[in-house]
Amino acid sequence: MKEKHTIRMKVVNTVGVMARITGLISQRGYNIDNIIASPSEDPNIYTVHLVLTETEEKIEQIGKQLNKLVDVIKVSDISHNRNYIVREFIMVKISTNKNRSELLQLISLFEAKVLDLCAHYVVASMTGSPRTIMRFLDAVHPFGIMELDRSGEFAVKDE
Amino acid sequence: MNKGKNMNGSQIIIDALKKEGVNTIFGYPGGVVIPLFDALYGESELRVILNRHEQAAVHAADGYARSSGKVGVALVTSGPGATNTITGIATAKLDSIPIVVISGQVKNDFIGTDGFQEVDMSGLTRPVCKHSYLVSDIKDLGRVFKEAFHIAQSGRPGPVSIDIPTDVITASIRNYQYPEKVELPGYKPTISGNPRQIKKLAQEIQIAEKPLFYTGGGIVSSGAEQALLQVVEKTNIPFVSTLMGLGSIPSDHPLFLGMPGMHGRYAANHAMMQCDLLIAVGARFDDRVTGDIRRFAPNAVIAHIDIDPAEIGKNVLTAIPVVGDAKHILNSLNEHLKPREANGWCKAVIKWKEETPLIYERRESEPAAPQYVIETLSRLVDEDAVIVTDVGQHQMFTALYYRHRKPRSFITSGGLGTMGFGLPAAMGAQMANPEKQVIAVCGDGGFQMNIQELATCALNCINVKILVLNNEYLGMVRQWQEMFWNKHYSKVCLRQRSNCPPNCKGPNAACPEKYFPDFVKVAEANGVLGLRAEKASEVESVLKEGFVHPGPVLMECLVRKEENVYPMVPAGKAIDEILMGNERILK
Ligand SMILES: Cc1cc2nc3c(=O)[nH]c(=O)nc-3n(C[C@H](O)[C@H](O)[C@H](O)COP(=O)(O)OP(=O)(O)OC[C@H]3O[C@@H](n4cnc5c(N)ncnc54)[C@H](O)[C@@H]3O)c2cc1C
Ligand SMILES: Cc1ncc(C[n+]2csc(CCOP(=O)(O)OP(=O)(O)O)c2C)c(N)n1
Repeated sequence: MKEKHTIRMKVVNTVGVMARITGLISQRGYNIDNIIASPSEDPNIYTVHLVLTETEEKIEQIGKQLNKLVDVIKVSDISHNRNYIVREFIMVKISTNKNRSELLQLISLFEAKVLDLCAHYVVASMTGSPRTIMRFLDAVHPFGIMELDRSGEFAVKDE
Repeated sequence: MNKGKNMNGSQIIIDALKKEGVNTIFGYPGGVVIPLFDALYGESELRVILNRHEQAAVHAADGYARSSGKVGVALVTSGPGATNTITGIATAKLDSIPIVVISGQVKNDFIGTDGFQEVDMSGLTRPVCKHSYLVSDIKDLGRVFKEAFHIAQSGRPGPVSIDIPTDVITASIRNYQYPEKVELPGYKPTISGNPRQIKKLAQEIQIAEKPLFYTGGGIVSSGAEQALLQVVEKTNIPFVSTLMGLGSIPSDHPLFLGMPGMHGRYAANHAMMQCDLLIAVGARFDDRVTGDIRRFAPNAVIAHIDIDPAEIGKNVLTAIPVVGDAKHILNSLNEHLKPREANGWCKAVIKWKEETPLIYERRESEPAAPQYVIETLSRLVDEDAVIVTDVGQHQMFTALYYRHRKPRSFITSGGLGTMGFGLPAAMGAQMANPEKQVIAVCGDGGFQMNIQELATCALNCINVKILVLNNEYLGMVRQWQEMFWNKHYSKVCLRQRSNCPPNCKGPNAACPEKYFPDFVKVAEANGVLGLRAEKASEVESVLKEGFVHPGPVLMECLVRKEENVYPMVPAGKAIDEILMGNERILK
């Protein structure tokens, strides 16, 4: 069964490492749902978060192939791992034409932040677990989402 | 020795190559690498062979590596020189062969400007090599060479590309020293296998009734031949070997059932399908071997010993994975194994082998049967001869009919199946083994793909013996067209002209010339002795004459045009659904 998997990698910060990672994935015929790369506590080491929707077996194979890349230090599939704190950041522009006060109430209920508010729309930002983000987006969906930007998921290990 | 010395890029490269034990490189110059070739001018410890095409240079480096176990090196210019190497690099990648390909690049400042002869070499090579480098700073040059040689030959070997902008080649630095160690936090191949898994495998072997070893190219790259021999002989477990593993144990070994797969032997394929424990060692369950994977080895518990964890479970469900080096693991496995007598299964599969010899039709007067040519070759060569093949029917005939004797003495492009590989790879093998007889077995199609290398052989005294099996067809494709495409011989006749009659049935006496091209003349024009056997009865004398000639020789044998390779498992079938081809012969 195809499922969403979040893969977290530690990679050496070299020229072309992202090209190698994305190239490998497309070369093997998979699609990337989202990918984030950013420096870690060690400037030579980057953390890459990669989300793919695939079967367990294919994810395992992809993980092994990624591990083979010389610049990749570690690969973990953290999807079913409770030892990780996973967060995503989103910014969303929502129409206020329907029921403005109800919408604003929802926004504060979810502890999202209002960044801008004008006659026709509100811009809100929010940080949360993948589940909270999904709930929030479901809740505001009926009001009319005009624009949505998501950071993609990233995680930290919680021993 | 160079401590405190001012060194430029060329000097660093040459120093690194020497420190890595390289004494031969295959190359082709061009604009951006002139400074490096300049530094090689008059260099006595590094022999540079000027091939006639960069693809051939890379195949030669590859043949050098396969025949010696050392890293092969090719050196080319940017742009077209670099793109010409791609087929060679991919060939080495698919067969896990350690080579380092050095290419020049435009100046750092010009990168990204579509400068003259600029191509993104590290981008082009990324999907076809084990690792690739673009060295934009001379400070990194020594380290990159150290890493490249380490990566190419350790773990699962493979090609590494090093792309060097010309200003890095000409730059200089002070206080240069070649690094002694590599530091690659993301690269640590596993060598010794997990002891618990090895023990478990030993237990499975003791209880299995129908065990079978399935060995491959990993035996050769690990040097695990003796370790394997000890295990199979102690336990009397029969074994099969993929195309890439042929020669690791002599093919007349009583427990050897032959090559399995699409053109595999009856006993090997049936044993694969019926075994209850299949122990793969350094083999990767390629589709040419497994046939229809859903029906492959239905009763078997599968154990897989491989240095590359990504190979395990890739194509088949594996019950006992053991990650590590074949030799290490077989040696530790051996310690846990108790001797076993040859059981009923072992006797049965050997009987299958005896009952299904390879057969073909012999006729003296006509052009020889290709199988006969290979058998004759097998009979006449030195015991330590190195056989290199091109790709096609002749490759399969050589795999099947040649008596394989020694590891690293059967060299062939298996994974990519690259036509044009044979001659240049044989040249590389000859350079690595100057004392040995090296024979390139080619079809008339593939031979023409790197035929320009005849000149390189003649001028550099690379004394390869080239055996061309001339069937005037792209034989392997013609075989498929005959068997599966209603005999529509679409573009496989190598003598077809634009004005051939539409109903032509292929090469025949009405063709305008007797030979096309006249390979003997081509050879002679390149300073290579050319010999031709038109009939089966001439084959032996042509081979004998060729073998005693001190220089390179082209030995062309005209062979039966419409011969097919059997056994054959049609694509998509299970590997015990074999066409043996006897029907044709008995008729
Ligand atoms: C026209 C044509 C027809 C073909 N027909 C057949 C056929 O009928 N039968 C056949 O067998 N092949 C055939 N082939 C070849 C086939 O395509 C594959 O190349 C071949 O089967 C692969 O061999 P292998 O499994 O030994 O793997 P290789 O490609 O040799 O790979 C080696 C394996 O060993 C592992 N390894 C490397 N080093 C070590 C080490 N130190 N320790 C442990 N493991 C290691 C690697 O990770 C890899 O998994 C054909 C090719 C062509 C061109
Ligand atoms: C570079 C390349 N192009 C095409 C093929 C497809 N191909 C495989 S075998 C073959 C025919 C080879 O003919 P020849 O060299 O005459 O050898 P024969 O099969 O007749 O022994 C072809 C075209 C290939 N393997 N490699």
